[in-house]
Amino acid sequence: MSIFIDKNTKVIVQGFTGKEGTFHAQQMIDYGTQVVGGVTPGKGGTTHLGLPVFDTVAKAVQDTGADTSIIFVPAAFAADACSEAIESGLKTVICITEGIPINDMVPVRDQAHARGVRLIGPNCPGVITPGECKLGIMPGNIFSSGPVGFISRSGTLTYQAADALTRAGFGQSTCVGIGGDPIIGTQFKDCVGAFAKDEKTKVLVLIGEIGGSAEEEAAALIKELGVPAVAMIAGRTAPPGKRMGHAGAIVSGSSGTAAAKVEAFEAAGVPVPETIDEMVEEVRKILAPVAR
Amino acid sequence: MVIHEYQGKLLLDEVGVPITRGRVASTPEEAGKIAAEIGKKVAVKAQVLVGGRGKAGGIKLAEGQAETEQKAREIIGMDIKGLKVEKVLVEEAIDIAKELYLGITLDRAKAAHVIMFSTMGGVDIEEVAETHPEAIIKVAVSPQRGLLDHHIREVCHAFPMEKQERKDLAVFVKTLFELYIKKDCTIAEINPLAITTDGRMVAADAKVNFDANALFRHPELEAMATETEEEGDPLELKAKEKGLAYVRLDGEIGVIGNGAGLVMGTLDEVNRVGGKPANFLDVGGGASAQVVTTSLELVLSDPNVKGVLFNIFGGITRGDEVAKGIIEGTKVLNVDRPLVIRLSGTREEEGRAILKEAGIETAATMEEAAKKIVALTR
Repeated sequence: MSIFIDKNTKVIVQGFTGKEGTFHAQQMIDYGTQVVGGVTPGKGGTTHLGLPVFDTVAKAVQDTGADTSIIFVPAAFAADACSEAIESGLKTVICITEGIPINDMVPVRDQAHARGVRLIGPNCPGVITPGECKLGIMPGNIFSSGPVGFISRSGTLTYQAADALTRAGFGQSTCVGIGGDPIIGTQFKDCVGAFAKDEKTKVLVLIGEIGGSAEEEAAALIKELGVPAVAMIAGRTAPPGKRMGHAGAIVSGSSGTAAAKVEAFEAAGVPVPETIDEMVEEVRKILAPVAR
Repeated sequence: MVIHEYQGKLLLDEVGVPITRGRVASTPEEAGKIAAEIGKKVAVKAQVLVGGRGKAGGIKLAEGQAETEQKAREIIGMDIKGLKVEKVLVEEAIDIAKELYLGITLDRAKAAHVIMFSTMGGVDIEEVAETHPEAIIKVAVSPQRGLLDHHIREVCHAFPMEKQERKDLAVFVKTLFELYIKKDCTIAEINPLAITTDGRMVAADAKVNFDANALFRHPELEAMATETEEEGDPLELKAKEKGLAYVRLDGEIGVIGNGAGLVMGTLDEVNRVGGKPANFLDVGGGASAQVVTTSLELVLSDPNVKGVLFNIFGGITRGDEVAKGIIEGTKVLNVDRPLVIRLSGTREEEGRAILKEAGIETAATMEEAAKKIVALTR
């Protein structure tokens, strides 16, 4: 079992023929992901990486039966690409693109929620269900299948932590990189809810960052659902920025600091180790309490 | 991206928000001339990108050319929370009867823009937010339909006010939101939003920040940015020119990595093993060899840096590209300080092979890399 994507997921790639789209589509295909085609406006009817290219997402969905899209479209056009995917009847849309203006994403995120489409990202590394389906830019070889449900805001920190878990023998059910932008389609708490219903997932690992209140919300849900979990917060030693105006402070209050996030997790009974090695040890304590 | 009060007021004026009249000056003489033109009592206000300047003595009242010159002389060059005052705004002084607060920003938890209003505006708004949160109304704007009349009514009828004040406030809410969307702001804030003793509502201060991701469609903001940035950290400016996310810190270990999370994690780790990072530098996703070389050059140009730690875990970034960039850097730059490189992920073997061939060792983990660089820079 897994969340969001599995071996039956049929994928189209938006921004298929571009440099990043091409490189990562090939990597995903090599991993075993069922990529069934791609979209590049103006190149419909051609073939790329041995797969059909379409001008629009609607046509691609109609011809291939895809249920999921992954987006590598440049930032200025990416919000429109997300909307196109949301309106074309896809179940899941993963947007890798970095640098999309906030104002473009606010209505798109709302549209996805209103239509019940699972939007992940933008500015994220994607999602991987090890051994079944890789939809993202992560190196596939550092993941393995197992009981850890993994959620992270950061891309590269995900690799670091997943690699350590895999080396220690703790595989992952699904790893979700939710993205670091202020507006993202899927939050920590959405993933916590989905993992709680997944039978294969026995423990959650959350890698948070300073800023926003998503970690605090996830901590509250973890407590409510009683899911075993371990959390890490990056940026504990980051100096406070030169804050301009009061608007941000008024919205988030004292939440957003590393200390507030650590406190929220600890109050929910979730250990918050400082290093990756200690995180692996906490996972070991939960998964194999008597084996040592 | 952030701009000064005087620049923010120009933007407010553009969309028709009533502002206090005035101009910016870089010298006491200029300030005096502006005061003479205004011909009445003026406020001389330090233009620094930090809050609390009033309490620090950065705002003074003056009357006439000579007094204004004198007050400007006191303020220009002043140090406010580590920032040197280069410019002052000289504007008509107003007699304030009431101070309100009006701000717009993104509420990440609601995933919507939110309008915030309080009749308890002024310097202590943050304290009000903490001790009397009920004194600030927050109205979330519809993500898809934008600002609607009922949102404005909710703001204007939240607290007891005179009829005319409500009418004036409605105009402020509407025009400020227009500016916020039109210019892709992340914050548009008027504090205080002043009601004068003769009953006018006017923006006595303006704080406007912009979404860096949207600057590509606002060439008109570039000029403002350049004007503001002349006062910033030279290395941070250079980094921005090159498109790198760089923040100067006060330690001695240069840190370069890919991804904000990983770089933050690396700073945490360097601190944990007893080192002090000299900077935060995120090369971003998919960095080319050229970008890596540029980053190394930038970090080494800081004389405080005693050694550089690279922490790369590649997804979209390819290990061989990073390795090529480091090799190229060591060829063209005078690398007289130790480097420690941690390279994992996409094309890690290729990358490590390239480094090994050039005699540069790689550390296997972040922990090991942090310990090595700390030992080498002791």
